[in-house]
Amino acid sequence: MVQVTLWGSLAATAGGKDKLEIEAKDIRELFRKLAEQYPAFEPFIDRGIAVAIDGVIYRDTWSKELPQDAEIFLLPRLAGG
Amino acid sequence: MGFDPRYLERNFTSVGTRPVRPDGLDKVTGRARYGADFNMAGQLVGAILRSPHAHARIRNIDTSKAEKLAGVKAVVTSADLPDLTDGNAEMYAILDNCMARGKALYDGHAVAAVAAIDARTARKALKLIEIDYEVLPHVTDVDEAMKPTAPVLHETVFTEGVEPTPDKPSNVAKRTQYGHGDIEAGFGQADFIVERSFKTEQTHQGYIEPHACVANANSDGTADLWVCTQGHFVYRQHCAELLGLEVSKLRVTSSEIGGGFGGKTHVWAEPVALALSRKAGRPVKLVMTRDEVFRASGPTSATSIDVKIGARKDGTITAATATLRYSCGPWYGMWAELGAMTSFACYNLENVKTVGYEVLVNRPKVAAYRAPSAPMAAFAVESVIDELAKKLEMDAVEFRIRNAAREGTRSSYGPVYGPIGIGPTLEAAKNHPHMKAPLGKNQGRGMACGFWFNFGGQTCTDINIGPDGSVSLAVGTMDVGGSRASLSMVAAEELGIPYENVKAVVADTSSLGYNDMTDGSRGTFSTSLATISAARNAIQVLRERAAQTWDIPVEDVAWEKGHAVAKGEKYGNLPSLSLKEIAAKAGNTGGPIAGHSELVADGAGVSFATHICDIEVDPQTGATKVLRYTVVQDAGKAVHPTYVEGQYQGGAAQGIGWALNEEYIYGTDGRLQNAGFLDYRIPVCSDLPMIDTQILEIPNPNHPYGVRGVGETSIVPPLAAIANAVSNAAGVRMTHIPMSPPRILAAIKGEQAG
Amino acid sequence: MAGVAVSTTINGDNVEYLCQPDETLLDVLRDRLGLTGAKEGCGTGDCGACSIILDDRLVCSCLVLGAEAQGRRVETVEGMAHGDKLHPLQQKFLEHAALQCGICTPGFLIAAKDLLARNPDPSEEEIRFGLAGNLCRCTGYDKIVRAVQDAASVMKGA
Repeated sequence: MVQVTLWGSLAATAGGKDKLEIEAKDIRELFRKLAEQYPAFEPFIDRGIAVAIDGVIYRDTWSKELPQDAEIFLLPRLAGG
Repeated sequence: MGFDPRYLERNFTSVGTRPVRPDGLDKVTGRARYGADFNMAGQLVGAILRSPHAHARIRNIDTSKAEKLAGVKAVVTSADLPDLTDGNAEMYAILDNCMARGKALYDGHAVAAVAAIDARTARKALKLIEIDYEVLPHVTDVDEAMKPTAPVLHETVFTEGVEPTPDKPSNVAKRTQYGHGDIEAGFGQADFIVERSFKTEQTHQGYIEPHACVANANSDGTADLWVCTQGHFVYRQHCAELLGLEVSKLRVTSSEIGGGFGGKTHVWAEPVALALSRKAGRPVKLVMTRDEVFRASGPTSATSIDVKIGARKDGTITAATATLRYSCGPWYGMWAELGAMTSFACYNLENVKTVGYEVLVNRPKVAAYRAPSAPMAAFAVESVIDELAKKLEMDAVEFRIRNAAREGTRSSYGPVYGPIGIGPTLEAAKNHPHMKAPLGKNQGRGMACGFWFNFGGQTCTDINIGPDGSVSLAVGTMDVGGSRASLSMVAAEELGIPYENVKAVVADTSSLGYNDMTDGSRGTFSTSLATISAARNAIQVLRERAAQTWDIPVEDVAWEKGHAVAKGEKYGNLPSLSLKEIAAKAGNTGGPIAGHSELVADGAGVSFATHICDIEVDPQTGATKVLRYTVVQDAGKAVHPTYVEGQYQGGAAQGIGWALNEEYIYGTDGRLQNAGFLDYRIPVCSDLPMIDTQILEIPNPNHPYGVRGVGETSIVPPLAAIANAVSNAAGVRMTHIPMSPPRILAAIKGEQAG
Repeated sequence: MAGVAVSTTINGDNVEYLCQPDETLLDVLRDRLGLTGAKEGCGTGDCGACSIILDDRLVCSCLVLGAEAQGRRVETVEGMAHGDKLHPLQQKFLEHAALQCGICTPGFLIAAKDLLARNPDPSEEEIRFGLAGNLCRCTGYDKIVRAVQDAASVMKGA
């Protein structure tokens, strides 16, 4: 199990819960399970979700493993100049 | 074997030196080719007709007269760019922006385009296009646009992110929220609270090179595009999607780029040029005028921001909150959201809450501008921080040091920080001689901090070793400020050869795998990762070839200082083989030697800066003079320190222009009144002092050399640093950017009037 | 429209061309003569990217008609180096990294050449005001000013 923290707008689609416990070994599995449990997540995943693991932001590496004791935070995919 | 990106302390040979850039010679001799410097045989000249109205329904477009004009070869409207976006809102916005569909949404919105044998004929043809507009009420101000009585741009927009979803459409496209803790409880613990509202006006990236391209679309579905862009692979994707082309049949070649700063991150006129070429059956060159660049290419947001911060007597911030309203132009983006994420990122806060509103207005589509959205948020927050420090009778730097985020701090946007540089930049600023220099009459000193995420992304690099041992490095991220130099240095470092032996080029989209664009300060970070990885793959091949030559196991061959070395006593007599020697024999040891890398460069390190500036204010006129300016920023590792300094100085200069002078001015008719460099005045040489820089190097743990991005953070602190300096010089708190002479004078007079 | 026949000198070479009466010298240089070193940043004389020297005078070539070059001497960035030997300003711009994107560089080099011809030993302030007609959005001007200072001292010594 990993504990995942959601950013404000995403939390709203999870019925206001900003922390979820999910059994997932990597980012890909995390997204798949989130989409199964919360269909409203799908458009967010399509639009792009970045995953911060212990403060390091991963935008695209869906194979990134989720360490059991890591702090996992979901963020919208960022734009830059 | 997987590539290990973790940081390892090491001694560098090439990295950290300051060689002359490889593209420099062409640029000082006038030979470098930018977007408008390319021509194709038989090319036509394209031109775009733009709406003179801020908001108007297009009832009819009659192009018949234009089509009949001698020399006109094609006329296109939105009918020639059918909607193929399949529900992708982001792409639809780009399409709608390229060519108005049904409604013109801002002064300058493209409504039709022509291709003709020369510029004069094209201009004449534009005048012959008849458009029947139904002019609609418009709104250009961010606060006005939020009012329930404001004209609504899209009947289909219902505010996202609020429960329940409103049943009436509005210009508030989205609400987002960040933070943690209990704000009310936090303010309850505060001895002092400062609360203020701020506004910032819309600015443009102001790249000197207008958007330019040459498009050649063939009847067999293949096409070529030569264009100035921050991301030719992204432009390829956009154009292919919007025109229904197969991605691999559209070859995009990036020219040299004459500045982008975020403004060349998505397509503007390129699909129109391709549509014209497709219709005319000939290549089309399309170059924007400066007027078009201002009216119709992406400026940054105008904002309206409220900030409230509370602190205890001992200087600890107990709660902080901000409400940020950012204009997006006619289509929503994540601009307020980025402001909401970055606003308090410098601080260690127990209770913090930020709320962002994306607001639609009848202005051009907002595009990213260097650390997009962060400078305005920093202006508001850092102004209040300064004011609070004064109330607490604490030194502004000490107050910030006391509350600075550090490793382990939960950031205001959510994640917990790893090793970061805000504390060290503040300490460096505190100890900088600039802080102690005397000030004269009407002079004030200000400082402020800034943050940007930095990011990585998809990246692909090829290294090919020539038979003479020289090395060509093909990268797919546009070089916007010297990255061909820094990446050549990285390749040289890994391979153990001199910098001069490496030649870096930006490859076209048919010659290399997909690359995300050069944005988010990712160019050197991401592509150096891919270059290191490609070089290590090439070294593996070089070792194998040496092993073959010596007829020994490859495990016994090491790579040291550009040479294959046989390891072990039994090979004591074997002389090492240089890269050049191995390359010379490549034909007989297995063919050409290369190293490739395709990767996602994740793990970019966040970046912080602290700026100090001295400003003199003329109390009679409100005019300002920047006397001294110092940038302190964490680079992780400065690969080419001179170009890192250049990024710091350039960002500071853009921030100075934004703070003091630059703004989009709209008339009550919704038309932009200053669409030129005379009236939209960016800083000139005589406006600025030398800009001192101090590079700190706090290694990014997720890069072998410790590199972080450096391009964007430097524009974040200036608005606030200058506002604090002006406030200290003139004795009034400035809350509206830019602080042009009339605004400063009005503030001084307001203060005197009490 | 009938073309105007123009005979002029560009970077020391005799050049003849036909141009339209309303065509700018910048367009002639870029589109008819293939001299794309001068850039169009604004077309209104505000950015200096199209700077050239016309009879020893610094001008924005977007504000000069092609026809006006008749019988005069035009100097562009393409004429600054002698063979493979760079002008000291070009050399110092490279060494000081006085360019990032480089689009303004030809204009700055020409303007700086004109400045040093009139004032071989300019103060920092004189350089800053001398180059105030040229816009650069990348560098913050710091390294440009230093490159010009360094080139001036080299040229004085020469």
